[in-house]
Amino acid sequence: MSDLYDCREAFQRTLVELAADDERIVAVVNDSTGSSKLGAFGKAYPDRLINVGIAEQNMVGVGAGLANGGKVPFVSAASPFLTGRALEQIKADVAYSNTNVKLCGQSPGLAYGELGPTHHSIEDLAWMRAIANLTVVVPADPIETEQVIRWAASTVGPVFIRISRMPVPAVHDDDYVFEPGVATRLRDGSDVTLVTCGVLVSRALEAADRLAEEGISARVLNVPTIRPLDRDALLAAATETGGIVTAEEATVHGGLGGAVAELLSTEHPTPMRILGVPGVFAPTGSTDALLTRFGLTAEGMAGAARDLVQARVAA
Amino acid sequence: MSTTTNSPTADELRSRAASIRGRNLQMVQAAGLGHPGGDLSAADIVTTLYFSVLNVDPENPEAPGRDRYIQSKGHASGVLYTALAQRGFIPEALLDEYMAEGSPLNGHPDRNKVAGVETNTGPLGHGMPVAVGCALAAKLDGASWRTYVLTGDGELQEGSNWEAFMSAAHYDLDNLVVIVDRNRLQQGARTEDTNGLDPLDDKLAAFGWAVREIDGNSVDELLDTFAAVPFVPGKPSAIIANTKKGRGVSFMEDRVEWHHKVPTPEQVEQALTELSA
Ligand SMILES: Cc1ncc(C[n+]2csc(CCOP(=O)(O)OP(=O)(O)O)c2C)c(N)n1
Ligand SMILES: [Mg+2]
Repeated sequence: MSDLYDCREAFQRTLVELAADDERIVAVVNDSTGSSKLGAFGKAYPDRLINVGIAEQNMVGVGAGLANGGKVPFVSAASPFLTGRALEQIKADVAYSNTNVKLCGQSPGLAYGELGPTHHSIEDLAWMRAIANLTVVVPADPIETEQVIRWAASTVGPVFIRISRMPVPAVHDDDYVFEPGVATRLRDGSDVTLVTCGVLVSRALEAADRLAEEGISARVLNVPTIRPLDRDALLAAATETGGIVTAEEATVHGGLGGAVAELLSTEHPTPMRILGVPGVFAPTGSTDALLTRFGLTAEGMAGAARDLVQARVAA
Repeated sequence: MSTTTNSPTADELRSRAASIRGRNLQMVQAAGLGHPGGDLSAADIVTTLYFSVLNVDPENPEAPGRDRYIQSKGHASGVLYTALAQRGFIPEALLDEYMAEGSPLNGHPDRNKVAGVETNTGPLGHGMPVAVGCALAAKLDGASWRTYVLTGDGELQEGSNWEAFMSAAHYDLDNLVVIVDRNRLQQGARTEDTNGLDPLDDKLAAFGWAVREIDGNSVDELLDTFAAVPFVPGKPSAIIANTKKGRGVSFMEDRVEWHHKVPTPEQVEQALTELSA
């Protein structure tokens, strides 16, 4: 078993490092210093950790104002409250106003499994993706998280970064460089493509291994940028493999699967399976139990891929 | 006037609160998750409400004329579930399934799964507006039931509360009572070191509420104060209940880490000993 990493650690380590060379970098939190792992940042730069208290709308607005004043704010809170509570601030003050705010949604998806649907952040991808002028990124491992934070700090413009809490193995090499809007082909394949992001990428690689044993050649695409989508990589996958399985730690409505379906249905109709939380409020349960329940596992993805391949053979 | 059929004495309420605290901690320990600090600070308030003040009926939890209790600080589900179980709304055995896979006892209460829960809370700052709506509905019907809402103090940093405070005064909702669990701690630090609330009494008064400040861990003071509602006819009533987070367990009291720290079985044993003393 390979080592597992909490991407929040890479987030905070990178931010502390960047802040040393760039005085404009500040962090804005909602009583979430601990859950954002920003204790070390606060120790190193006490004046630059702004804790507005339990007030997410205020937090995002304050972030926009800090950006207006020349700062580079990383606004960091549990994703359900950041995206849900402050949705209009994100739309109007950040994206529409085009302010240089870095929204960091922590512990997203099913990370807070036992705490129930108020704390499950499965709508965030759909909500964020619906907003114009907002880049939406979901890093898959600590290496990608670090890359994305570095890119966000050095690029002017609004971005939403979804930072996972569930421990995951590294799926990228140390020399990986993140580019916005670019998907990476982690495994080549010709029969079907597994398209995923975030904590499910390592599971997709495992699914491809299982499928290979059965003689099915599965391509694995990591799509860290949900918006803008890597059209070329997806159209190539559709053309070359003829079947697409998407999987995300989010509702099946309007996230990665939705984005891919919008693209392919208009430009290159291709059989698809969309895996995620199927439009329900999930029961209580551990993250792992819930991921298993909704088929967000290597076996779940392999099963969907098998389905697509068999349907094609039958046709 | 809201009463239950056989009102317990203050001593009975105190031992009820101790029993709720102990069971609550066992649940948190078994689940490996929970918010014991905020459970315990609110235990006397929740006990007094359920066992003496609220006109509610476990046999008929949706009776239209019932008093409404809205626990805005949904993270303190442990104390709510324990009180609901001991008051007969849900089986006591269900408490063993706190946050277990597929259990109705989510980390934050779900009204569609648990009898007696009025609204689904968990994101802070939702209870007050819903409570204003409940109180307005009663006024529109000329009904006598009351609405009680419990908020955290850190929670009052959410602006939605203050929008609702204004509405409540604007509509003269003297059938509405807010109890602020003023334990002076939030998740990561003291409220006054995070985004200060003081002077909270003046703020609430300026928003049009009749305000009383009491020891929120004193059953006697709670009983007296609830009996005086509405404090001023025509105004909503606010109780600033000064409490201690983790109240009743020496090593938890007023310590920020117990917001969501989970006690070991040995710590639960020690807590039970202290609570039964
Ligand atoms: C909208 C929202 N933001 C953040 C949180 C995370 N959170 C849960 S409890 C808590 C602290 C609450 O403090 P307080 O209201 O004082 O409650 P108590 O001290 O009674 O536990 C925080 C920040 C949340 N549940 N909802
Ligand atoms: Mg508090």
